[in-house]
Amino acid sequence: MLEEPSEPGWLSEEVTTGTTIIAIEFDGGVVLGSDSRVSAGETVVNRVMNKLSLLHDKIYCALSGSAADAQTIAEMVNYQLDVHSIEVGEDPQVRSAASLVKNISYKYKEELSAHLIVAGWDKRGGGQVYVTLNGLLSRQPFAVGGSGSAYVYGFVDAEYRKAMSKEDCQQFVVNTLSLAMSRDGSSGGVAYLVTIDEKGAEEKCILGNELPTFYDQ
Amino acid sequence: MDSQIKGVSTGTTILAVTFNGGVIIGSDSRASIGGYYVSSKTINKLIQVHDRIFCCIAGSLADAQVVTKAAKFQISFHSIQMESPPLVKAAASVLKELCYNNKEELQAGFITAGWDRKKGPQVYTVALGGMLLSQPFTIGGSGSTYIYGYADAKYKPDMSKEECLQFATNALALAMGRDNVSGGVAHLVVITEEGVEHVVIPGDKLPKFHDE
Repeated sequence: MLEEPSEPGWLSEEVTTGTTIIAIEFDGGVVLGSDSRVSAGETVVNRVMNKLSLLHDKIYCALSGSAADAQTIAEMVNYQLDVHSIEVGEDPQVRSAASLVKNISYKYKEELSAHLIVAGWDKRGGGQVYVTLNGLLSRQPFAVGGSGSAYVYGFVDAEYRKAMSKEDCQQFVVNTLSLAMSRDGSSGGVAYLVTIDEKGAEEKCILGNELPTFYDQ
Repeated sequence: MDSQIKGVSTGTTILAVTFNGGVIIGSDSRASIGGYYVSSKTINKLIQVHDRIFCCIAGSLADAQVVTKAAKFQISFHSIQMESPPLVKAAASVLKELCYNNKEELQAGFITAGWDRKKGPQVYTVALGGMLLSQPFTIGGSGSTYIYGYADAKYKPDMSKEECLQFATNALALAMGRDNVSGGVAHLVVITEEGVEHVVIPGDKLPKFHDE
C-alpha cells in the first residue's frame, strides 16, 4: 500500500534540546555536563551541539528546553554580565549570573520554555550550582535537567556523595550522561564536559563510543 | 506516562529481578485516584497465581484484579490438566492472551516472575498492548522512569540472594522517593525452588540516600 510521503518533521516541529544536563559542585569548583542532540519532533537536526554555553570566564550554563529560547537567554545574560563585571571592576559572582538568568525566566515565564542550570566558580563562594527552573533561584550541591534527567534521578540519588573529588565528579557526570543517553530518545550523540575551578574552565568532549557502557551494552 | 487512567489506578513502581537460584518480585503499596488522593496506603500488588509464580500489576486496579483472577483460574486448570506445576512462561502467556484480546478496553501491564523446573528463575513482561518479553530483570509503573539509570548501572547477572534483595530494595526506595504516586511500604517476594518468602519493609526502614 503506497502512502504519500509526509512532510519531514523538521519543517514544522519546534526545535528543542530535549536533553540531559547535569552540574555538580566539588571543593574548589564545578563540573558541568551535557549530551549533544537537538531534535525537531522525530528528526535529529544537530547531533553535535554543545549545550554548555559560556556566560563568563568561570561561569557556564547548561541549556535545555526550546533551543531558541535557551540560546537567547544565554546570549542576553552573557552581555549583561560583561557590562556588570566592567561596572564592578572584577569577575562577577556565580549568584549574579544565576540571578540574571532567573530574572529573564521569571519575567517571561509564559512565553519561554527553557531551563538553564548555571554553574561556575568565584572567589567568594567557590564552586556553586544554581537551578533556575520556571523562574526560581536555588543553590544545590548538584542538579540534573532536561528530558533525560527523569531516567537518572534514581541513579544520582543513590550515587551522589558529599565532598567528592574533581575526578570523582567528572566520572559521576559521565556515567549519568551515558545512562540517560541510552534511555532517552531525545538525548544522545557525544558528551560535553566543562570543569571550572580557580584556574579557569577546561572543556572536554567524549565521543559516543568512549562513553562508559553498562551490563546490556 | 500513564496519567490518563480513570478511577483508582496503581501509579506505582514494580520490578522483578532474577538472581542465582531464584527471582525477587517487588512493588510499592500505594493506590491513588488521579494522583491527588491516596486511596490505599497498604495495597498488595503482588498476586500469587500459583505456588511458585507471582505477578504484579501496574495501571488500572480494576482491570488488573479482573485479569489476574481470570488468569489464576486458567493457570490452576491448566496445571491440573498437565498434572504438573505450570511453567512461568505459560502463566505469562495466559496474561498476555487476556491483555492482547482485550487491548481496547484494558489499561494494565503486568510483570510475571517465578521459578519452574524447566528453566529455573524467569521474569516476563506483558506490556499494555499485549507484547510478551522475557528479560533478566524488568521495572514498570510510573515510578520506574526514575530508576532506569540506577537499574542499568547496578544490575549484574548472577547476583546472590542478598545482593539482589539490596538492589531491589534500593531501587524501590529511590523510585518511591521521587514519584509522588508511589509510596507506602515495600513488598518483596523471594521465589526459589525451595519456596516463597514474603518480605515487607515499612517506609521508615527503607534505605535513605544523601538528601534525606
